Amino acid sequence: MSRLEKKFKQLQDSGRKGLITFITAGDPDLEATCALVETLAAAGADVVELGVPFSDPLADGPTIQKASGRALKQGVTLKKILETVIEIRRRSDIPLVLMSYYNPIFSYNLERFVADAVSAGVDGVIVPDLPLEESLPLRNLAAGRLAVVPLAAPTTAEARLQEIVAAGSGFLYYVTVTGITGARSDLPPELTATLDRVKKIAADLPLAAGFGISTPEQARLVGKHSDAVIVGSALVEIISRSGGGAAGRRELFDFVESLRRSLDAVAIPCVS
Amino acid sequence: MSTEIFAVPDDRGYFGVFGGRFVPETLIAALDELNSAWERFRHDADFQEELEGWLKDYCGRPTPLYRARKLEAELDIKEIYLKREDLAHTGAHKINNTIGQALLACRMGKRRLIAETGAGQHGVATATAAALFGLDCEVYMGEKDIERQAMNVYRMELLGAKVIPVSSGSRTLKDATNEAIRDWVTNVGDTHYIIGSVVGPHPYPAMVRDFQRVIGVETRRQILAINDLLPDVIFACVGGGSNAIGIFHPFLEDDLQLVGVEAAGTGIASGAHSAPLSAGRPGVLHGSMSYLLQTEDGQIKEAHSISAGLDYPGVGPEHSFLKDTGRAQYISVTDAEALEALRLLCRVEGIIPALESAHALAGVMLEAERLRDKVVVINLSGRGDKDVATLANLEAGEGK
Repeated sequence: MSRLEKKFKQLQDSGRKGLITFITAGDPDLEATCALVETLAAAGADVVELGVPFSDPLADGPTIQKASGRALKQGVTLKKILETVIEIRRRSDIPLVLMSYYNPIFSYNLERFVADAVSAGVDGVIVPDLPLEESLPLRNLAAGRLAVVPLAAPTTAEARLQEIVAAGSGFLYYVTVTGITGARSDLPPELTATLDRVKKIAADLPLAAGFGISTPEQARLVGKHSDAVIVGSALVEIISRSGGGAAGRRELFDFVESLRRSLDAVAIPCVS
Repeated sequence: MSTEIFAVPDDRGYFGVFGGRFVPETLIAALDELNSAWERFRHDADFQEELEGWLKDYCGRPTPLYRARKLEAELDIKEIYLKREDLAHTGAHKINNTIGQALLACRMGKRRLIAETGAGQHGVATATAAALFGLDCEVYMGEKDIERQAMNVYRMELLGAKVIPVSSGSRTLKDATNEAIRDWVTNVGDTHYIIGSVVGPHPYPAMVRDFQRVIGVETRRQILAINDLLPDVIFACVGGGSNAIGIFHPFLEDDLQLVGVEAAGTGIASGAHSAPLSAGRPGVLHGSMSYLLQTEDGQIKEAHSISAGLDYPGVGPEHSFLKDTGRAQYISVTDAEALEALRLLCRVEGIIPALESAHALAGVMLEAERLRDKVVVINLSGRGDKDVATLANLEAGEGK
């Protein structure tokens, strides 16, 4: 059983909701990324998503765009991120998922990427510009070795959602808003009902919801109707404001811990 | 060459290995909707009749095919014809596409248009179509381009469009396109995104091509009426490549040579150019697989050209396909060569071409030797009024 599967099984068995945290790898630098991953894990994150910076992140809002720009200025590449994962794996067993646009992976070479990611200790990959029809080559190479996490959106029709779920692995990334990444004060009012419907279709594939979730209250609300909550821009914002050093890590720890507490309040006691 | 090779794209939007739909899941439903609307209306007699009416009475089509005898003498080439897209309304071929897509948006019930623009030509053409059909219009434009193309910004605003400055990345066309896509992802319900070239996810490359084919269809009819023979070679400039595909496509199955001319900027070796077909490699940008300017690590490189309309690191997937199948040849000319061509055309023919179109002419000048006994058609895709300020600045810089 993979680290991701094991984690979701543990969560399910304990009736807890998962917390998936996103940071941009190499922001402010790759050394800080190692320490930040440890901070996230210590504060109660269940899975860490590492964003691979890209020059043209068209699904991202300003916060992650800027983080991506900062990382690229540091000379961060996919290859260096995989080396950082090896470093992280010496100290931590937390499930790690890379979030990358397709071109850096395609340019790296799909086959070599899968092999290197697996051997470095990456558990899954999310590619926001690789919809179902285009992801077959990657899925074929990754099968049984690396989860290719599918995305679904409010505009995804039900029949298509079923196909997406059938082809996906790791978890289903449900995009909560019609839009790009970034904090929002209000989530769509119909979101909880939609999540309940998606959850039925997702069946055994854990449902994680992300985009726009930036407060403990939002996390709790979404957590009630999903298996896990994904928080990204709010964390990236803290790092951009307070840095990747001790001060930034402390602030990040406190915030992630508050998300954790909020989600744990959703925990369903084991009945029956 | 068999007919079948060029019956592209396939159902998934692939021209061989190029094209596809590499976009966030949120947009898939909108692309499906657009594709079915286009499949329906491209065969719809009412739609086509209305489109033809606008192209004729509003855009001024057909544009002339003009025999440039003084240019022939100057370059010692048998026959040279200029397809005068510079005489279309708004001054370039861009209007063929924006009128078509705006009409389609009306049929789809979308009342808001968005577009990206580099030099501002596509933005102006989109603003024009929006004014004509009474649609809301917002145009994304890089801050750097806004500085360089102040007149076109004013034209768009005069036409009732809102110009939104883009401050991310290189602050040029590539980033304006990112921002337009982000807008579309967010407002996909009521908004149609008019892409300005044969780029982007399926069905855009095929749909924009179909709207621009009118250039080649007219050229074919016109040259046959004059010569009763097809030309030997057709030259067109290639940025995204819509004017080139527009004139090439109706001739793909004929026995003649098609030459696309990319912008070599200050020279391919200098690295400051916009020639992905000549010096790039395949990758994914803005929704499709095609040749791209990119770093070893798959980051998109900034392009450079004196011509803002060619200043783009990607190219339409069908051009990548035509390159790899050998059906079209792609060459490149430098900023300096394009400027020389522009000045020549002004001097001998009294036509100020757009800097973009001057690249096509420069390609002919570069290959004049082998074209001596040929009948050559050049797609003069736009007029150069917009470039006059750039030229004046350059000359001031040169101390002339």
